[in-house]
Amino acid sequence: MLNPSAKLSDKIFSDALEKKPTRDGFGKGTVEAGKADPRVVVLCADLSESTRAEWFEKEFPERFIEAGISEQNMAALAAGLAAAGKIPFIASYAAFNPGRNYEQIRTTIVLNRQPVKVCGMHAGVSVGPDGATHQMLEDIGMMRMLPGMTVVNPADAEEARKAVVASVAMDTPIYLRFARSATPVFTTPQTPFTIGKALTLWEGKKPQVALLATGPMAYRALLAARALAAENIETIVLNIHTIKPLDSEAVISAAKRTSRVLTIEEHQVAGGFGSAVAECLSAEYPVPMRMLGIQDSFGQSGEPDELLEHYGLGVSHIARAARALLSV
Amino acid sequence: MALTDKDITTLEKKAQEIRETIIQMLVAAGSGHTAGPLGMADMFAAFYFHILVQDPKNPQWEERDRLILSNGHTIPVRYAAMAHAGYFPVKECLTLRKFGSRLQGHPERLRLPGLETTSGPLGEGLSQAAGIAYALRMDDGGTKSAGLRTSATSRRVYVVMGDGEQDEGNVWEAVMFAGKYALSNITAVIDRNNIQIDGMTEDVMPLESLRAKYEAFNWHVIEVNGNDIRAFITAVDEAKTIYEKPTLIIAHTIPGKGVPDIEFDYHWHGKPPTKEEGKRFLKEIRTMGGKVPNEYA
Repeated sequence: MLNPSAKLSDKIFSDALEKKPTRDGFGKGTVEAGKADPRVVVLCADLSESTRAEWFEKEFPERFIEAGISEQNMAALAAGLAAAGKIPFIASYAAFNPGRNYEQIRTTIVLNRQPVKVCGMHAGVSVGPDGATHQMLEDIGMMRMLPGMTVVNPADAEEARKAVVASVAMDTPIYLRFARSATPVFTTPQTPFTIGKALTLWEGKKPQVALLATGPMAYRALLAARALAAENIETIVLNIHTIKPLDSEAVISAAKRTSRVLTIEEHQVAGGFGSAVAECLSAEYPVPMRMLGIQDSFGQSGEPDELLEHYGLGVSHIARAARALLSV
Repeated sequence: MALTDKDITTLEKKAQEIRETIIQMLVAAGSGHTAGPLGMADMFAAFYFHILVQDPKNPQWEERDRLILSNGHTIPVRYAAMAHAGYFPVKECLTLRKFGSRLQGHPERLRLPGLETTSGPLGEGLSQAAGIAYALRMDDGGTKSAGLRTSATSRRVYVVMGDGEQDEGNVWEAVMFAGKYALSNITAVIDRNNIQIDGMTEDVMPLESLRAKYEAFNWHVIEVNGNDIRAFITAVDEAKTIYEKPTLIIAHTIPGKGVPDIEFDYHWHGKPPTKEEGKRFLKEIRTMGGKVPNEYA
């Protein structure tokens, strides 16, 4: 059953539940952050409408910096801005930021420990018709390998807003992942959010499987938990928005209570969120585990839902994998 | 402030001391780059003993000028200049590239106060300089759309790049950006010594005409003999008078300058002298290739 202290939307399983892309949370969050702190600046690489950077630009034109189609320059520029006391957000599609500018992020931002907020938009296959070149599925792996980097993948637009606002206070670099397509906004302004702290969404009485999900997959995990509960299969669902530093306490506790862990991510399983959970559990509390995600392939054109079904990330796939784990 | 002949002699002496320290630290390290740092010793003497608004005892001083070293592999010249300027003891230079040293093989800002950035991977310094210059202008005044430094920032941003480094695409992204926003508080310097690891720059990947390229990107360009301290300082002064655009100084230098044995030889780009070579090179530096008596002999 839903965790009451998560204060989730009262329309959570209703058709009336609002849908918005997490990138809207970026737009809203940067405007909020910009109002609160004059040091906040937003940089964009010729994608201000689709990244929602233009929401900030409209409010604070003098603090918006158009870098043109130059993601490498944009990353190192932001390192310079941060060195001179600004709080920069850099926004472009995740395929280019951090896909194109990985080395600039590594050297000038992370090794150099400048508190730049790297914002990867349109991540995952759910960007849809654009196809494989634009469907970034390796960004979590790239970013979480960097020493000292924080990696946050918000579950919905509201959580994305909170993540953006919370990142301002950090004096170390962070990667924030956002998606293009509209997904259910199931958290509320009252839902707790702390970077590094997992959020329990659902908790059965005697849970047999832990569903650990990141990003908008968390809502699909919830739908799967509900379907499983109808079959008397009890689960725990954790929304793990912060992949690094991983909330190992919450992960281990879920593993201890269920002895079976299923991870769900819209990303390559190799090196991604599931890998991070496996790194934690194999050392601390090994239990049978399965990882749902992209299995060593690139994406392709299609509608977001159609693609998620194709790559095995539908609600039915989650439920099926959970059932299969029961017999392990 | 006009430079007297005596001032120039003092700076030239500093450049020689920097060269000596470079040789000593490279011999002690057993690895590192020789030709570039020697060729850049004159401009670094000019920076650390004349040009920069700085406080070696307070490296984070807000009102300082920023000097970004983009071609991080030439860091021995900066370490040596910083040490002689009083940022840290000169003898610490002998820890270059050693375990536990603050003087990493490529510079890391977090380890040594006074470095503005972490560098080594090429092509990123000008972007960072542009970010700093943009931020300083936001704070000190001036409008970005007009491009003009309507309310001049007194804090200047210097960035030193290599010529081989100009092969990197990231450089040109930054050149375009600084040109678009007319970041006139940036003075970039290219150490034009014509060598890179695989050979002469014009063989590996031709750069010319560098002047025309930068001018086409809305930069003011000055060319000087980078081993002539007076000429270099004059160029830096000229850059301060240009309000409409950023300035590039193409500093033509002799790689390995000060050690006639290795001058102009690209093979010395990326290797250090042996102990024996070090002794000979030091003598050549101290006698200026036999032109003056060796006062240390």
